[in-house]
Amino acid sequence: MITGLGAFARLFGAIVARSSVLWRRPRLTAQQVHFIGNHSLLIIGVSGLFVGFVLGLQGYYTLNRYGSEEALGLLVALSLTRELGPVVTALLFAGRAGTSLTAEIGLMKAGEQISAMEVMAVDPVRRVLAPRFWGGVIAMPVLAAVFSMVGIIGGWFVGVMLIGIDPGAFWSQMQGGVDVIKDVLNGVIKSVVFGVVVTLIALYQGWTAQPTPEGVSRATTRTVVNGALAVLGLDFLLTALMFAN
Amino acid sequence: MTPPSTPIVTFDGVSLGYGDFTVLSGIDLQVLPGQVVAMMGGSGSGKTTLLRATTGQLLARSGTVRVFGEDIATLHGEALRKARQRMGVLFQGGALFTDLDVFENVAFPLREHTRISEAQILERVLDKLQAVGLRRAAHLRISEISGGMARRVALARAIVLEPNLILYDEPFAGLDPISLGITAQLIRNMTDQLGCASILITHDVAESFPIADQVYLIGQGRLLAHGTPDDLSASKDDYLQQFLQGRPDGPIGFHYPLTPAFERWLAGRRGAISA
Repeated sequence: MITGLGAFARLFGAIVARSSVLWRRPRLTAQQVHFIGNHSLLIIGVSGLFVGFVLGLQGYYTLNRYGSEEALGLLVALSLTRELGPVVTALLFAGRAGTSLTAEIGLMKAGEQISAMEVMAVDPVRRVLAPRFWGGVIAMPVLAAVFSMVGIIGGWFVGVMLIGIDPGAFWSQMQGGVDVIKDVLNGVIKSVVFGVVVTLIALYQGWTAQPTPEGVSRATTRTVVNGALAVLGLDFLLTALMFAN
Repeated sequence: MTPPSTPIVTFDGVSLGYGDFTVLSGIDLQVLPGQVVAMMGGSGSGKTTLLRATTGQLLARSGTVRVFGEDIATLHGEALRKARQRMGVLFQGGALFTDLDVFENVAFPLREHTRISEAQILERVLDKLQAVGLRRAAHLRISEISGGMARRVALARAIVLEPNLILYDEPFAGLDPISLGITAQLIRNMTDQLGCASILITHDVAESFPIADQVYLIGQGRLLAHGTPDDLSASKDDYLQQFLQGRPDGPIGFHYPLTPAFERWLAGRRGAISA
């Protein structure tokens, strides 16, 4: 356990130390943002929409008891920007992009591609891991923003279009109650932290996978399990720090 | 540049192994510029281990491996990187990058190590692909080409930087008869044109003998014989003749040797069946 954490931290340090690739060869990172981000857009968008629908229904059910259904917009927006946007996006990201990163790196090892790079005097941490790491870190907050945005539209559709809440109240409550720094920025910080952790877990699992079909399969499973646990644990910690008072 | 008379690779009393297991010991060999040197031996004799020691992926337990005149064990960081930039390696499985197409695989070393223009990259890559007969396959993805084609792409990648030392791990495996002859001739021609040294890791006698200047035969954990192909063909050594002629009978056993571990395993299996 301690050895594993040490190796994990060393890999993080090695990637950060080789991050000059980010501005020296921005195309490599841009390709990964496209690969990781664009390919996750559909699952993030659809999930965000349904989460928004459910928030609209459940929120209305509770608020209606107290006659405050106009506050539905605020409830939906706060739930998404502070919690569900970053957290659900990170969980979906671990399952969609994380597993593909782990399998890709693990299979590159199994196919001697990593060895070939070393022998060609190309540092695989710089060439393979660093662009993927920054690709994940950049893509995560953008995906979380898309998730929250689509979720708010879902909440609006259910609340305003289906149930018939006043649209003016829905949007004005949201506008008045959501704080850009306290709510939105803290949500963005959360998703950046999750982006670092989930992408790093995925890369670490691929990097340390046994170069066999069983090894890659186990590593892929560990990416989802460890990624999800890390996100949920860190979310509690970050929420306690950010919104304690 | 290495002076022409200086050996490109020298092994001096080298022992190599993994964990507790020693694969090869007492290996002495020398590879000069302009030479094609074939390292031959049966399966599992340690041929690929020799290649890994030459590239610095595996360090010698004893003795010295010198590449371009420098002890590879003392090279680290930038010095090792510089030495490796002067080598080209053809891996046994090709080791092509599956996220890149044929063209980008061959262009990879140029993009990583040179600052030449896109137009020059295009010309050089197409030139090397032409040499391996795959110029018109440049646009294909790696998943779209056959195993034999993949090895030829890997060969083009290994020679694209025109290195001083080219290491070929089983270059003839999986090739059809036409590609086989062309590849052997290509290795010889590349070596003559570039004045580089080529090390072939192979067990293909028919293809390697006509193009090799020196042949080293390894087996039983050591160097068994070395000399020109003519010297070895003329030798009366039983082991050598069995290997060269592919005879089933002789000092080289076909069957894996009996070990106490196998006897224990078999006794356990039989015990479990009878219980």
